[in-house]
Amino acid sequence: METKISISLSDFRTETRAWLEANCPESMRQPVKDPFDVYWGGRNSKFKSNDQKLWFERMLEKRWVVPYWETKYGGGGLTSEENNILVQEMTRLGCRKPLYSFGISMLGPALLNFASEDQKLYYLPQIVEGKIWWCQGYSEPNAGSDLASLKTKAIDKGDHYEITGSKVWTSYADKSDWIFCLVRTDFKATKHNGISFILIDMASKGVSTRPIKLISGKSPFCETFFDGVKVPKENLIGNLNEGWTIAKYLLTHERQMIGGIGETDIKKEVHSVALENLPLNNYGIISDGVLRNKIADFEMDEEIFDLTIQRVTDEAKTGNNSGALSSFFKFYGTELNIARYELLMAIGGSEALFWGKNEKSDGDLARKFCRSKGNSIEGGTSEIQLNIISKLILGLPTK
Amino acid sequence: MALILTEEQKMLKDSATELLTVKSPVIKMRELRDSKFIPFDPKLWEEMVDMGWTALTVPESYNGLDFGFVGLGQILEETGRNLSKSPLISSILLGGSALRLSDNETLKTKLFPGVMEGINQLAFAIQEGKHHQTKSFTTKAILEKGNYIINGSKTIVIDGATATHLIVVCMVDDKISLFLVDAKTKGITISKTILMDSGTYADIAFKNVKVSAQNRLNIKLDGRLLLDQLMAIAYTGISAELLGICKQAFDVTVQYLKERQQFGVIIGTYQALQHRAAILFSEIELCKSIVLKALQAIDINDSKTLKYAHLAKAKLGKTSKLVTSEAIQLHGGIGVTDDADIGFYLKRARVAQQLFGDYNYHLHQLAKIKGY
Repeated sequence: METKISISLSDFRTETRAWLEANCPESMRQPVKDPFDVYWGGRNSKFKSNDQKLWFERMLEKRWVVPYWETKYGGGGLTSEENNILVQEMTRLGCRKPLYSFGISMLGPALLNFASEDQKLYYLPQIVEGKIWWCQGYSEPNAGSDLASLKTKAIDKGDHYEITGSKVWTSYADKSDWIFCLVRTDFKATKHNGISFILIDMASKGVSTRPIKLISGKSPFCETFFDGVKVPKENLIGNLNEGWTIAKYLLTHERQMIGGIGETDIKKEVHSVALENLPLNNYGIISDGVLRNKIADFEMDEEIFDLTIQRVTDEAKTGNNSGALSSFFKFYGTELNIARYELLMAIGGSEALFWGKNEKSDGDLARKFCRSKGNSIEGGTSEIQLNIISKLILGLPTK
Repeated sequence: MALILTEEQKMLKDSATELLTVKSPVIKMRELRDSKFIPFDPKLWEEMVDMGWTALTVPESYNGLDFGFVGLGQILEETGRNLSKSPLISSILLGGSALRLSDNETLKTKLFPGVMEGINQLAFAIQEGKHHQTKSFTTKAILEKGNYIINGSKTIVIDGATATHLIVVCMVDDKISLFLVDAKTKGITISKTILMDSGTYADIAFKNVKVSAQNRLNIKLDGRLLLDQLMAIAYTGISAELLGICKQAFDVTVQYLKERQQFGVIIGTYQALQHRAAILFSEIELCKSIVLKALQAIDINDSKTLKYAHLAKAKLGKTSKLVTSEAIQLHGGIGVTDDADIGFYLKRARVAQQLFGDYNYHLHQLAKIKGY
């Protein structure tokens, strides 16, 4: 029996590889330079190129946009082994994702775990088909790290809720069709107990957005305002006043993404960049010994961090899983990314400071460096992650 | 290969925890120190032999268990937790592995039984100056009428004063060779040294020491290759011990933070201290991964074994200094008294991180391997 399974998995790999080679256009196998090199879907969707359209349509027809969801929800119904093979083969060929979507990465998992069957059957296929561009409404101007103190209120008006308040750091809110939101539905309960999880059509009357410009000079982030927005009651996901459970689940999920788990982009090694840009001594070794040490120390941690992702993933397969470890990954992974940009800036010298394109550079590094400073803040600051580690993993007492 | 322990490896680790926490907790180490630095308790060594720990990494063809280095690593980790003293590092991790890697079948057949029984105790003599290095050595062996004549001196030989046999790294012409030498051979002068971990080490001088050519460990094998493979085992094994030291020093410290009161509150409620503990936790998570990876690499003969070993010793060298120093600081005044055990962890970590190269050495090697 076991041989049979492994034979069929190896067949699956061969078929997958052949199909991808035949169907993924060459231009869709190039590294992603700009987020919009990948299709985002949505009501006002536009393909950036014919190849992008072709690639999405072929993957949709093959049911591989979200290969691991059940077929009744529009997925491909692949087992986790098959899905791993598909991911490996796509990575090997450098295939871009057919669709970028917070619907797939964030809302989908929440719906699968907490929504009613009717809601799943309604929303999930639309996510797969790229019909709706989703954004996430969590943080508020006065509820950043202390997310549970959020104040956007949903008032029960019989057949609908009336929503008033504002959200901040909503990525691509100005381009999104719908938003999944945390709102306060019980004003007397303790702060964690009066929150609900609700879906809102951004085309509803009373919704408006305003982009936020970051120190990097650009940003997908927006502020989103709700002024007495009418939302049907069936848009509530999970139980009333139990939205915090969903929020926590998604935050764990988000931390893993920011911390690097599931990331397939291959980053250039820092020492390779250094060898191309720094003076070397007669032995071909970086002359600046201090910088060389820092690079070596960083690469030591980077490589061992990757091994740690592998170890914890392998442990999780044996049922040994601690959700709080996602705080460790978020903390360590983002601090490493920040350290990486600090080193790249040092290696780049004055040319790393260019702001915009010129003959010598695309001027992107300084912006990315600025952007990396947000990594240890978004998705819960490093300090919040350390709080979680000390309380949930180490069991240190609170006052 | 999954980066986790197998059920058998877990069972071995549990049995090590069981034996060492009962028979060799930290207080035993204190007793040995207070009895004029007795190197180790022979009864504990007998029990280790009975448990089969001395046979774990000996091939089956020599009646060993061939259980692998992941297994030995688990035991070394537990000896780190309990600061248990024994010839496991000198005679098994170093000496036994040198024999294992040797292509001198006659010597292996002769020596392995006594090593597994714990009667033959090997010590590995490599270091000559203040720092570990493997490039070249001043100790020389010259062939004369079927025997080698060894001249030179070695330092910081672990258990060098109690071992029955020495394995000596020498230069034959300009190539590396390893020799097995009876510790009682004429011309050998052994002087005992005590280091800050209360361990017994030796400076050993070789003056016209005559060794049979049959005692050379590398016959056809390149001595450089043998030494590199042996060093990967040494770096990784010591890293496994350092991991145990880090884990225990950290656990004890977190427990202390939960109990100690100042200003009427438990000090573990202070965020400044919580964050320091959480950072140590994170660093130890990384240490666990690299130690296991490096151990597995030895067992499967991975082509990157030496790189993983450098990574392990670099990371554990750095982290063990951080964790044990923080452990003292978080203990406060009690941490710097001899009454508290936590100081023993600082002192053993300082020695172990220096043995076979510290963080600086291994980081430098890593950069060299990657060509920068």
